[in-house]
Amino acid sequence: MTEPMLKITNLHAKAEDAEILRGLNLEVNAGEVHAIMGPNGSGKSTLAHILAGRDDYEVTEGSVTYKGQDLLEMEPEERAHEGVFLAFQYPVEIPGVNNIYLLKSAVNAKRKHQGLGEIDSVDFLTDVKQKMKLMGMDESFLKRSVNEGFSGGEKKRNEVFQMMVLEPGLCVMDETDSGLDIDALKIVAQGVEQMRSPDRAIVLVTHYQRLLDHIQPDRVHVLARGQVLKSGDKQLAHELEEHGYDWIRYEEAESA
Amino acid sequence: MKAVDETATRMLDRLQGERPGDASDWIAGLRRDAVARFAEMGLPNQRIEDWKYTSTKAIAKRDFARPDAAGATADANRIEALRVPDLDAHRLVFINGHYAAALSDGEMTDDAVRVRNLAQVLAEDPDALKDRLADAAPADFSGFTALNTAFAEDGAVIEIAADRRVERPIELLFVSTLRDEAIAAHPRILIDAAHHGEATIIEHYVGMDDPQNLTNAVTEVHLAEGARVAHYRVQRESRKGFHIGSVHVNQAANSRLEQHNVQIGAALCRTDINTALNAEGAETLYNGLYLVNGRQHVDTHTRINHNQPNTTSEEAYRGILDGYARGVFNGRVYVAPHAQKTAAYQSNDNLLLSGKAEIDTKPELEIYADDVVCTHGATVGQLDTRALFYLRSRGVDHETARGLLLYAFAEAAIERMGVEPLRNWLQGFVIEELPHADRLQEFV
Ligand SMILES: Nc1ncnc2c1ncn2[C@@H]1O[C@H](COP(=O)(O)OP(=O)(O)OP(=O)(O)O)[C@@H](O)[C@H]1O
Ligand SMILES: [Mg+2]
Repeated sequence: MTEPMLKITNLHAKAEDAEILRGLNLEVNAGEVHAIMGPNGSGKSTLAHILAGRDDYEVTEGSVTYKGQDLLEMEPEERAHEGVFLAFQYPVEIPGVNNIYLLKSAVNAKRKHQGLGEIDSVDFLTDVKQKMKLMGMDESFLKRSVNEGFSGGEKKRNEVFQMMVLEPGLCVMDETDSGLDIDALKIVAQGVEQMRSPDRAIVLVTHYQRLLDHIQPDRVHVLARGQVLKSGDKQLAHELEEHGYDWIRYEEAESA
Repeated sequence: MKAVDETATRMLDRLQGERPGDASDWIAGLRRDAVARFAEMGLPNQRIEDWKYTSTKAIAKRDFARPDAAGATADANRIEALRVPDLDAHRLVFINGHYAAALSDGEMTDDAVRVRNLAQVLAEDPDALKDRLADAAPADFSGFTALNTAFAEDGAVIEIAADRRVERPIELLFVSTLRDEAIAAHPRILIDAAHHGEATIIEHYVGMDDPQNLTNAVTEVHLAEGARVAHYRVQRESRKGFHIGSVHVNQAANSRLEQHNVQIGAALCRTDINTALNAEGAETLYNGLYLVNGRQHVDTHTRINHNQPNTTSEEAYRGILDGYARGVFNGRVYVAPHAQKTAAYQSNDNLLLSGKAEIDTKPELEIYADDVVCTHGATVGQLDTRALFYLRSRGVDHETARGLLLYAFAEAAIERMGVEPLRNWLQGFVIEELPHADRLQEFV
């Protein structure tokens, strides 16, 4: 059997002395889409940030490998070059930094890492415009500063748009569906569907079944108290929707 | 005359001599009074609250000579290189405070504006300055203002006609050059906009060949009803030089002032920006940016007087301080008891890039009316780590990401400036000051 694209083993992490992740295990194979659900404050965003390399968190135990490489050893930019992408729960506004120049620089940084030359400007623009259209974004976004003055939904769409242009190997999407209207949700779901590919793994953090109605996840995991408490197929999401998280806690207690 | 201290005596002695306008009784009287005021006041010292954080000792200790008008020459190509590039402006050039006709576009008179150099007006038409010179700027505003009033001999007089819009900006380029001895220049600028007149004026101070000179400039602005003036001050003096500048504005009903204050150069820079909103509907925007490092010291004191109801002010100053640089920001807002419906917004944001850089920032609100909206906020900090992480997560390396955020911080001030060539130039200029300038170019 081939190595999973993402392999998280017994991950413990803390921030400012608070233990957040307490022995988390997760494996995602290339070509799969996994959903992570779980109550507020359970550690979902923490996990997402640790995967992208945020240094506010201290990993005290465990390991994370991506394509067999030790992810935790890499700087955030190296991870991006290697193909890790985080769609933020709260994308940051950066006034003064042009959205499209950032994206182009991101593409070129990755190409450089792969030993390729800079992307042809015309090719880049053609690709960008086509993907913006798919995401229902107006071309005026090309000229704007990164996320500056974007509505909540526009920010989320911009994240997916960046993801489509960067074509990462591992997509971590942190509540990209929150704050989207019904149409935008469909657009984002289509974007994710389009990203599904045999050489890509997608991890979706979500609170809602409705995104999963559009995207059929291969696996659903419940994260609570810093651990994956339960995993199952997409049926698990339905059961959660119906019974809430208490049901799992109850089950846990039963089996303990 | 007996002066308050030896420095004042020495400075007064050094500056003696004939000046254009001496023949006019009222100009001569104004100067005499100002000399007397300076003799009493001397240079400001740190016992004065407004000068608490800024020592003038380095200025007092030097013996600045008075530059002669004959020395007002410079290589035209070098002067050209100092200008704001691609700016289509009517330009007057001053070398060490003296008007350099050969380097300038000259006097301009059309139905919208009249632009002359001050020495000419003082010599030929001094009465035209009556009730206007030393009106908005009282001679005793500070020892420096007194000194300027006493010894100003050149500068610019800009008169904007009623109901006219001056299409091209007016650029006043003040070049400080290296001479045998350090010199002091006291340029004086008078801007008078008649009702509903509109213009953009750029004062641009720049040092050439690292002189240790002093520039002590005073600007007075009168805005009649409905007038709109965008006034820029760009200070790029020599890192060894001293720059003292004050701007004093009187605003009538429904007038609008934009004052952009960019401070980059000088070992020591102090600017005072003062506006009186004297009638309803008057509004003011103060926009400031200071970038300093090494042992530079930059001090900005601003004042906005809301003297009448329904007046508005918005003030945003930003600074980036590195090395051992020291910054001071003091923003005073006064709202008179009957000035209801005043709106005043103030912010001062600072980035400290080294543990040794320092900023003292203080809002000073004196609000005597009750139906007003006044807000203020000051921040002193490092780069936003969330933004830094966001950029890195997109593959931008750490150093470039840092540079980009610094640039973006400054850009928030630059983008408020309406003159596009100036904006473009400042953007490039700011980038050059940042680490890894080459890598930042592609983002902007
Ligand atoms: N930098 C930090 N310092 C201290 N505590 C933190 C830090 N970051 C996260 N935490 C805490 O860790 C816990 C997990 O937070 P996290 O954001 O990962 O939750 P989440 O599962 O994403 O929740 P939500 O569903 O609300 O987005 C919370 O209790 C949070 O307050
Ligand atoms: Mg979260």
